[in-house]
Amino acid sequence: MSDKPVTRRNFLYITTGTFTAAGAASLVWPFVDQMNPDASVKALASTEVDLRPIAPGQSITVLWRGKPVFIRRRTPEEISEAKAVSLDELPDPQDDAARAKNPEWLVMVGICTHLGCIPLGQKGEYNGWFCPCHGSHYDTSGRIRKGPAPTNLEIPDYVFLNDNTIKIG
Amino acid sequence: MSDNYVPKSAVGKWFNERLPLLDLIYGHLMPYPTPKNLNYFWTFGGILTFCLVTQIITGLVLAMHYVADADLAFASVEHIMRDVNYGWLLRYIHANGASLFFMAVYIHMARSMFYGSYKEPRELIWIIGVFIFLLMIATAFMGYVLPWGQMSFWGATVITNLFSAIPIVGESVTNWLWGGYAVGSPLLTRFFTLHYLMPFLIFALVILHVWALHVPGNNNPEGIDVVKGSQDTVPFHPHYVVKDLFALVVFLIIFAGFVFFVPNLLGHSDNYIQANPLQTPEHIVPEWYFLPFYAILRAVPDKLGGVILMVSAIAILAFLPWLDTSKVRSAKYRPLYKQFVWLFFANTIFLGYLGAQVADGMYLIMGRIATVYYFAHFIIILPLLGYIEKTKPLPKSLSEPVLSKEEKEILASGATT
Repeated sequence: MSDKPVTRRNFLYITTGTFTAAGAASLVWPFVDQMNPDASVKALASTEVDLRPIAPGQSITVLWRGKPVFIRRRTPEEISEAKAVSLDELPDPQDDAARAKNPEWLVMVGICTHLGCIPLGQKGEYNGWFCPCHGSHYDTSGRIRKGPAPTNLEIPDYVFLNDNTIKIG
Repeated sequence: MSDNYVPKSAVGKWFNERLPLLDLIYGHLMPYPTPKNLNYFWTFGGILTFCLVTQIITGLVLAMHYVADADLAFASVEHIMRDVNYGWLLRYIHANGASLFFMAVYIHMARSMFYGSYKEPRELIWIIGVFIFLLMIATAFMGYVLPWGQMSFWGATVITNLFSAIPIVGESVTNWLWGGYAVGSPLLTRFFTLHYLMPFLIFALVILHVWALHVPGNNNPEGIDVVKGSQDTVPFHPHYVVKDLFALVVFLIIFAGFVFFVPNLLGHSDNYIQANPLQTPEHIVPEWYFLPFYAILRAVPDKLGGVILMVSAIAILAFLPWLDTSKVRSAKYRPLYKQFVWLFFANTIFLGYLGAQVADGMYLIMGRIATVYYFAHFIIILPLLGYIEKTKPLPKSLSEPVLSKEEKEILASGATT
């Protein structure tokens, strides 16, 4: 602090400046926030899926928040294959039990964690998913095993409403 | 304060040597010599610039959510009002902003008329201003069509049908405008495109308007020439920057009052009913700022005549610098003009009132009288006044009118203070 006394003018300058800055910031916010997901988008934020038509070894893809979600009814072989993997072998270690609430049903966002393409099912070196864009290989639990993708396929929030229905989101 | 901008930073110096942009802006905003006696009517230029920028920014944002299709437009506006975050605020700012823009531009034009700002050497500033006004009218009208309510639709129908008054090619021209045989989706889409484009054209004209203004400098309430850099001028900054900002704050309070308390006061409730090509609303009126011209249109019992008169009512403004034959600018020193110019303002407001009434009976007769007076002001009263009016003696400087008798005597005796 300098030795100069705080004058009435200093006070007016600072208070005016502060109020102007606060006012400007609160005015800018609506112009920024208008680009965020709006009420009509948020209203579509959850999707319910009937699981009955899906037989073991079949997958369906549903649209949730504009993104594809893979729902796969895994075969016993796929499940045991996923459970058999040692966590040390995984670039993004995660237990299969942590990824599938019910081991038979694998629910995950079908978007490659590398740059957003949709991986192809039951392809690749690990019999899981393979992304055609840049060659990422995922296993039967949707975990990254080989290629440029940094993490496992994302598991969305979902609950089993009953044995035959899940709600995503 | 120096006339040239001297950048403090090395980057500023590097930039300014290659492109003296900051120099240019600085020159027009900081040392620019301004008459010392400008009153608050001179703050509307700044207010109008603010209005234009506000309309462009809110419009840009609204365009991110709006859909220009006859089947979707109305619903997309309701989507903006109900779903989009702060969409109600952005749309109310934009809609009321248009009204406030016109309020400000009418005061700005009235100021120019009262103080004779359009006269030599400022004719071109005024003419550019008339073109800005024309573009504002077109932009506002097209913008009003976009929500695709009943007033939008029937307003668009009435105004585009004006072109059908053109002899021989009228029908082809309207079909060309519509892109069909009635107002519909093709018209809505092209109106949206043009509504988006025109504000940028206005912006370009505003730059020319200010550039042309800064050649002779501002007129002033005394209407006399001031010598730049003399005792009669002060630098624009801080004197008028602060005055303009204060006026802008007061304007913003009024603006916020409309937006937050009576956002639909100036609109028409019928525009919240979706456009219906099978039914015209009972009483169709344009937005308030077009009412005087609407009254002129309806005053004429002939289709083509009405259109010509309405267009002339705006076009005649461009000739004002030559229709006014008086050499004295300010109404302060023109006792007769002062009364007539007030009468003209009152008559225009009266025309606006008539424009909102049903065109029948007494209203129609009064509309005709007021229309005749509107034009008489320009083509009879103004040219004659220059010859018959005995104007008051003009002051020699801006200080003279505010000096006391004693001070004037001191000046006259040649003493220096």
